Amino acid sequence: MEHTAHDESSFVRPAEMGEMELYHPKTWLGKYVFCQDAKVIAIQYAATALAIGLVALVLSWFMRLQLAWPNTFSFIDPAYYLQAVTMHGMIMVVYLLTALFLGGFGNYLIPLMVGARDMVFPWLNMVSFWVYFTAVLLLTASFFVGGGSTGAGWTLYPPQAILPGTPGSQAGILLMLASLAVFIIGFTMGGLNYVVTVLQARTRGMSLMRMPLTIWGIFTATVLALFAFPALFVSAIMMSLDVLLGTSFFMPAIVSMGSEAEHVGGNPLLFQHLFWFFGHPEVYIVALPAFGIVSDLISVHARKNIFGYRMMVWAIVIIGALSFVVWAHHMYVSGMNPYFGFFFATTTLIVAIPTALKVYNWVLTLWQGNIHLTTPMLFAIAFLLFFVNGGMTGLFLGNSTVSMPLSDTLFVVAHFHMVMAVAPVMVVCGAIYHWYPKISGRWYHEGMAKFHFWTTFVGSYLVFLPMHYLGIMGVPRRYFEITGTTFLPESAHAVNASITIAALVVGFAQLVFLFNLIWSAFKGEKAPGNPWNATTLEWQTEHTPPQHGNFGKDLPCVYRWAYDYSVPGHEDDFVPQNVPPRSMTA
Amino acid sequence: MSIAIVLLVLVLGTVLFHFLSPWYFTPIASNWSAMDDTVTLTFIVTGIGFVAVNVFIVYCVIKFRNKEGRRAKYEPESVKLESWLTGLTTVGIAAMLAPGLFIWAEVVTPPDDAMEIEVLARQWNWSYRLPGADGELGAVDVSHTTADNPLGIDPTDPFGRDDIIIYDPVLHLEVDQPVTFLLRSTDVLHNFTVPQFRVKMDFVPGQVSYIWAEPNKVGSYDLLCEELCGVGHYAMRGRVVVDDAETYARWTADQPTFADTQSALSTDLLAGQTGYALCSSCHGADGEGNAAMHAPRLAGMDSEYMKRQLRHFKRGVRGTHEDDVWGRTMAPMAMTLADASAIENVVAYINTLPGAELAQTIAGDPGKSAALYKSTCAQCHGDDGRGVWTVNAPALTDLDDWYMAEQLHNFRAGIRGRHDDDLYGLQMGLLSNTLVDDEAVNNMVAYINTL
Repeated sequence: MEHTAHDESSFVRPAEMGEMELYHPKTWLGKYVFCQDAKVIAIQYAATALAIGLVALVLSWFMRLQLAWPNTFSFIDPAYYLQAVTMHGMIMVVYLLTALFLGGFGNYLIPLMVGARDMVFPWLNMVSFWVYFTAVLLLTASFFVGGGSTGAGWTLYPPQAILPGTPGSQAGILLMLASLAVFIIGFTMGGLNYVVTVLQARTRGMSLMRMPLTIWGIFTATVLALFAFPALFVSAIMMSLDVLLGTSFFMPAIVSMGSEAEHVGGNPLLFQHLFWFFGHPEVYIVALPAFGIVSDLISVHARKNIFGYRMMVWAIVIIGALSFVVWAHHMYVSGMNPYFGFFFATTTLIVAIPTALKVYNWVLTLWQGNIHLTTPMLFAIAFLLFFVNGGMTGLFLGNSTVSMPLSDTLFVVAHFHMVMAVAPVMVVCGAIYHWYPKISGRWYHEGMAKFHFWTTFVGSYLVFLPMHYLGIMGVPRRYFEITGTTFLPESAHAVNASITIAALVVGFAQLVFLFNLIWSAFKGEKAPGNPWNATTLEWQTEHTPPQHGNFGKDLPCVYRWAYDYSVPGHEDDFVPQNVPPRSMTA
Repeated sequence: MSIAIVLLVLVLGTVLFHFLSPWYFTPIASNWSAMDDTVTLTFIVTGIGFVAVNVFIVYCVIKFRNKEGRRAKYEPESVKLESWLTGLTTVGIAAMLAPGLFIWAEVVTPPDDAMEIEVLARQWNWSYRLPGADGELGAVDVSHTTADNPLGIDPTDPFGRDDIIIYDPVLHLEVDQPVTFLLRSTDVLHNFTVPQFRVKMDFVPGQVSYIWAEPNKVGSYDLLCEELCGVGHYAMRGRVVVDDAETYARWTADQPTFADTQSALSTDLLAGQTGYALCSSCHGADGEGNAAMHAPRLAGMDSEYMKRQLRHFKRGVRGTHEDDVWGRTMAPMAMTLADASAIENVVAYINTLPGAELAQTIAGDPGKSAALYKSTCAQCHGDDGRGVWTVNAPALTDLDDWYMAEQLHNFRAGIRGRHDDDLYGLQMGLLSNTLVDDEAVNNMVAYINTL
């Protein structure tokens, strides 16, 4: 049987849109600070996200030190511990991962991979970053106000979030809510940009079903975020009003610390529903870009087309849609009407089907491939281990009955770190190494990268695997310490200590990673334009790093899908998307 | 290649860890063993998937890694293979979901013969209410909540008069008797978890949530709050004791009704004065205390706190630890108070005593502990050290500083607050551990002296 290239065609639609007018900076400030080039904005987003993420990483060390050796460190008291828990979670989920995947990778890759000169609204794009930066500053400010930052947990549940007894219940929580609202405003500017660019600014021949999965992941995640973030936005506003104007959206009549509070009739569960209506899609806002990117990493480095591209696209879209009808699986034991459990357990377990299909297609891409064990590929394989592990424990927690003994324990913490912390971070690392030669024009230091990989890979697993079993034993999450029980064996504390040691080593490896990124940008070996022999458009630019406007005089024209690797009959094992079919060149 | 080996080691290590490590569920003590079965089933199904996928990756990495002359197979998709895999996954998912849904139906429907017990949670303690002889719980409202009516029972509701009040974190249950726990909070979110019962549920202020279980093993179990409820969250500990029917009946008969707690408010000062005669030999005629005898000043000491400690001394909850020399001196003295009303009377009398000027005997640097006091201690004892009744935290400002230092030492050393029934003591013990050494204790006491 003769093999034919998938979706190769000589027909290319004529350009519908004229060449866009490019923004030209006139000052240093316009070129490096208030820059409107999506690539610079991407680096600004990524640098800010990594910087604040570093703060969150250090906060996790404090938590781990306390859990391993309780009551040894006089600077960690229960209030401080809860503040560290809260800020670690919120920063990592929203300010690091969301901002990095959408603001960072989205900005860099969308125009390049769809063959556009820039985002369609460059000025709005620039404002988007600076609004995000303001949100980060507000968040950082909350560390320094009276009472400190909020310690209500990253879910910020009322009533406690705004009542005495919880750290930062005065200025801290208000700054957090303000920061989130500002973040969402900034994100909306960026998000509309990403969506419109993907829908309107693709180059000739780049049909939706020829887009790399990276773009499908980022695009779908952005659409999700545009629908999900408003729920968080309104809850932030409503909680602020409860504090500032004494409204009672989330506040019933209560007696707080011996005195009756001046609220009546509000409902704390309303907040939880709003929060998780945002919060569950948020998981996929982080996961879908990771799904997309890892598909491309596996395909490029296994020199094989992604297996089942069409199903992979539909799986992303279906998972995205389903993510809006599963939110209350975070609330099985919240005190909501328990009959909701039937519905949400069913919808949640259905999500596992398209998700499992994605996993199968990733491993089937490896099958009969030509696997190059480069650093990005190693991280992609590591992602698979963590994602499969975390996905499987999701089947415990999504099923209301199975989840009940495990809710609110360290099992939950271990699960979501596996699936939405470590797994996406593996993709982030793999992706940064993968695109580093394009972004910087230089190679990263291979030795440091390998050290970073092995430490992070093995170390993270040693952190989070045993943690599940602490949860199964019944160790609750968000506990400052767990001495004084009758059901925990002494050895449970030894498990905690070993987790902390592994966590500190993994944390150190991230510092090596950041050092590598900075050092190699100046001292790294010069990299060629397409070092991985990849097919997608960002590797076919005239200059490396790509200059303002991305492509040369003419925009590339796309003749094929993004996965023409090892096509029979071609001498090279890859055919870039902009290479015309032989029929045209012959 | 090393990735294949390491991946294989991690996957096999995971399986071995699961089977060989000593860390797993606590032995179950309720009817919910079907819940444990669903967990086991889920472990089997997901475990097979986890191992299969990862071993396949290992195989691919070994078999299809780059070698001279290797070329990948060009195969865009296989609808047949994808459909098979999707179908197989769907079967696995259904096998886990279906039993889950059936058992969930039981979780949400308490049986008809279940007894109703109200659990009241608030920062950071537990109390309970049982229906009295009429079998009905009386109406409650947060607006009725006062120090004399801590559960906020409507005093005008006749159904509430005979409700049994357990204003203590220890709850007793009868073995093999299904119980529906009605969960009520008067301040923030909390959660009711007994790990050995498996089921758990949050408290939400403004509504009553529920969960049911049938304890089936006599024993004593930790009760934990598992919904973050503030600084004292981790120290919000209670205890559930499962008794045989006879012991349970005896325990219930000993508990006061709401009407009892309201009538006990009238006290006999004269009887109290007589009762105090023995106390005065150490604590002084004016309740001023005697440092040489390690007898603290009682004048100004929190009434509820004194009553609770006297009950604890009487029941052997306090003053029984072998290193607690002075507590062991106090315990037999408390025995001379015959019953609850004798305790009420003597405490009422102590409240009339003038005491004497407090002397400052502990040297420390208050500046070094101010931050910890405000972030941690003040959450229960108040910024001004005057105590907060809803958290059961006594005032500190009328206590001898040497006594506070001595007790903090006892709490930290586990000499006080480690008895199974002394949950407030455990709470203080956990929190006193934030003072990492003796110097920190002295600094803290020095700070309290400034309040």
